[in-house]
Amino acid sequence: MKVEQRSRLTEWLVTAPSFAWLAVLFVAPTLIVFAITFKPPDPYGGLGPGWTLGTLRSLADPNYPAIIWRTLWLSVLNTAFCILLSVPTGYHIARAPLRVRQMILLLVIVPFWTSFLIRIFAWKILLHPDGLLKQALVHLHLVQPNALLLYNARAVLLVMVYTYLPFAILPIYAAAEKFDFTLIEAARDLGAHQLRAFFSVFIPGIRRGLMTAILVVFIPSLGSYVIPDIVGGPSSQMIGNKIAQRTFVDRNLPHASGLSAFLTLAVLVPLAGALFLQGKRAKPTDIVLEDA
Amino acid sequence: MKKSRLPFYTTLLVLAFFYLPIAVLILNSFNASRFSSAWEGFSLVWYRKLVTQREILHALTNTLVIAFTATAASVVLGTTAAFALHRFGTRLQRLHYVLIYTPLVVPEILMGMSLLLFFVAIGVKLGLFTIFLAHVTFCISYVAMVVLARLQDFDFSIVEAAQDLGAGWWVTLWRVLLPLLAPGIAAGALLAFTLSIDDFVISFFVAGPGSTTLPIRIYSMIKHGSPPLINALSTILLVLTFALVWVSQRLVKEKP
Repeated sequence: MKVEQRSRLTEWLVTAPSFAWLAVLFVAPTLIVFAITFKPPDPYGGLGPGWTLGTLRSLADPNYPAIIWRTLWLSVLNTAFCILLSVPTGYHIARAPLRVRQMILLLVIVPFWTSFLIRIFAWKILLHPDGLLKQALVHLHLVQPNALLLYNARAVLLVMVYTYLPFAILPIYAAAEKFDFTLIEAARDLGAHQLRAFFSVFIPGIRRGLMTAILVVFIPSLGSYVIPDIVGGPSSQMIGNKIAQRTFVDRNLPHASGLSAFLTLAVLVPLAGALFLQGKRAKPTDIVLEDA
Repeated sequence: MKKSRLPFYTTLLVLAFFYLPIAVLILNSFNASRFSSAWEGFSLVWYRKLVTQREILHALTNTLVIAFTATAASVVLGTTAAFALHRFGTRLQRLHYVLIYTPLVVPEILMGMSLLLFFVAIGVKLGLFTIFLAHVTFCISYVAMVVLARLQDFDFSIVEAAQDLGAGWWVTLWRVLLPLLAPGIAAGALLAFTLSIDDFVISFFVAGPGSTTLPIRIYSMIKHGSPPLINALSTILLVLTFALVWVSQRLVKEKP
């Protein structure tokens, strides 16, 4: 009994600090976003007294459906491109000899550590009308001299893929590294075509990594703000840009929190699904090929 | 058996994609021309101009003050959290895990916005202190995950052995547990430090007058400033990052 009490006390001692911190500075602020949606704004960028449904009504702005649709669409495309590039890359890294593997992994991790603003800025320079890439493409007759590579949705998508790709490669590589590659050889010996072996043995084998990759690319993509702000234009704005605009330009905090509340709900759905799947992970009966 | 070359070519393409913009940026920082399209010879003129910018130095000081304090606080909170998650399999810990995991995937703009509203609602003045609070909040999760990964292959019978031999919990903590976990904690600290230095979105939302950090400064330079100066500043930061990554790789390799 005494031992159990001591262990309970230890658990509280090591749990309370981080638990309390995140409850106050993560959970409470997230809930406050919903509450402030119903507060009136004051003219100085603060909050007025009383409660109102005014913000909710102004969220029916006819511009919003297009922006929400674009946000969703760009996030889906970004996730698709990241997965498409990271599956073969993860496969290659996992099969490479140890030294090469460490080398490539390091090269993948370095951009992940470098300043995100600087990497976006580098693309702005590259895609700029006077930039190197534009000049090279014009020279190769791949684009018209007057084509604009910057300030549109394609530029936003390109830089999103660039930014999120390392986040997709790492979990897929981690899953591929644990994958038993003799299973592919076994499938080939049993007469499966190379592609078939890849899709019906390798892909199911790394599905946990795939799930993580999809999640860590898709959810943050929904909240993109800096990328469309720097390389996008008025026609490629996302929800994040609107939240920032309402906060810093219009100084209308209730309106910004209404949009944030909407985005929070949009993010919660895939997140709850992911946590549910994570909870199921601990089962010891899991084998690599249970549904292959 | 013929192996497909496709994965190899994709990897090459991905690596070229990663490094092309960075290479062009570094090259341009030494370009005498104001415009990136033409090469007008090697020059350090932008680096010399950079040194005269007082705001950058001020922003750098702010960034470092926040990074060191936020790292220290989040290492303590993240390590205890990882320990709790690993040692106890209670329902409380499942909730704790959700609390630690969620900030890792929630879009930064939501965290920034909700913290801004929180600080406005309770009347805290925006400034360095609010940036510090925000940074600790997202760094805890990263530190906890890194330390938790190290704990997975940690043998707790060592701790029990120490206690059987008469070590009190304080001695066990300082002489057994922490030294063995040190590489994991150091890797977590380094990650927290870089994330704090690099953070723009959350800081931008909770910053007040006079608390400009380096990323906020870089952002306003990108929006309004001269590109060659940003190239030079970026190159310096890239070199520093490469050095940090190199050090962290050394730490990770030192597995006991």
